Amino acid sequence: MTDLLGLVGKVALVTGSTRGIGWRTAELLAAHGATVVVNGSRDEGAVETRVKELTACYGTAAFGVVCDAAQPEQVRAAYQRVFKAYGRLDVLVNNAGVLQDALVGMVSDELVEHSFRVNTFGAVHHLQAAARLMRRRGEGSIINLSSIIGTHGNAGQIVYSSTKAALLGLTRSAAKELAPHGIRVNAVAPGFIDTDMTRALPTDVFESRAASIAMGRVGSPDDVARAILFFASGLAGYVTGQVLGVDGGMIV
Amino acid sequence: MSTHKLKKVFVETLGLGAQVDWNGLRYRRVEQWDSVAHMYLVGEIEQVFDVMLETQDVLAMDSFAAATNILARHGVNFD
Repeated sequence: MTDLLGLVGKVALVTGSTRGIGWRTAELLAAHGATVVVNGSRDEGAVETRVKELTACYGTAAFGVVCDAAQPEQVRAAYQRVFKAYGRLDVLVNNAGVLQDALVGMVSDELVEHSFRVNTFGAVHHLQAAARLMRRRGEGSIINLSSIIGTHGNAGQIVYSSTKAALLGLTRSAAKELAPHGIRVNAVAPGFIDTDMTRALPTDVFESRAASIAMGRVGSPDDVARAILFFASGLAGYVTGQVLGVDGGMIV
Repeated sequence: MSTHKLKKVFVETLGLGAQVDWNGLRYRRVEQWDSVAHMYLVGEIEQVFDVMLETQDVLAMDSFAAATNILARHGVNFD
């Protein structure tokens, strides 16, 4: 049988992969033969539990690193661990993120600082370190999780949309710089996805956003993970600098 | 041994001639050592010495002596 995805034996790090889109992505990558580095920001127990689940369910090796994307020192230490364990990295999924809505007049300095530290600066730190490991082999795939809010904007979300829009620039610029080294950089822009993060919204907000989706249903983490899998795989071997909306025709 | 290996990486990556002023060699002070060449140099050093350098290391590596010190910090023996 032809291995179109080409993920067997590859090492993939998925940030924020103990739940939601990150976890489903980790599962799909493992199911297709990749060794997955599971990451959570604080909860060591949750990371270890997910590592055991991947190993038990998919029979592939898995590895856990606890590091907060907002802390550059922790990110650097995590990559040293990956380097020592595997000496390589083939796929990075920059998924870790925070979402907190606030109207223009109610945005605190702390909200701006924290959101950018996790969603944007964290992605830059991960990309820098990952690219260093990928350059060694002359190949790799980096997938940044942007958002429909980053591509289209939304009332009450100036901070979140800014952090996610920045990832589009990061994606396109890094794609150009890293292409000569065989490293592809793409972004996925999910619409309204059923995760803990969106379930934390007030019920009326959740329902009104769900009603704006042309396909008539809220997206699942699996819908997004499949798009990420495409970018990670050999199927997208000649695709870089692209932003793929996964939104069911949602109108913002 | 490590010094010889490191010099060889510098010479081959930067395309230096037969006579190299190792004390005077500085990032961006010689034509061959620009930012693009620097990233190739870093990549080659990582491969040859099997280390993963930090971003601060990459930024601080502005001379042969600095490269030696940084590699020593990563466990490379220069005795």
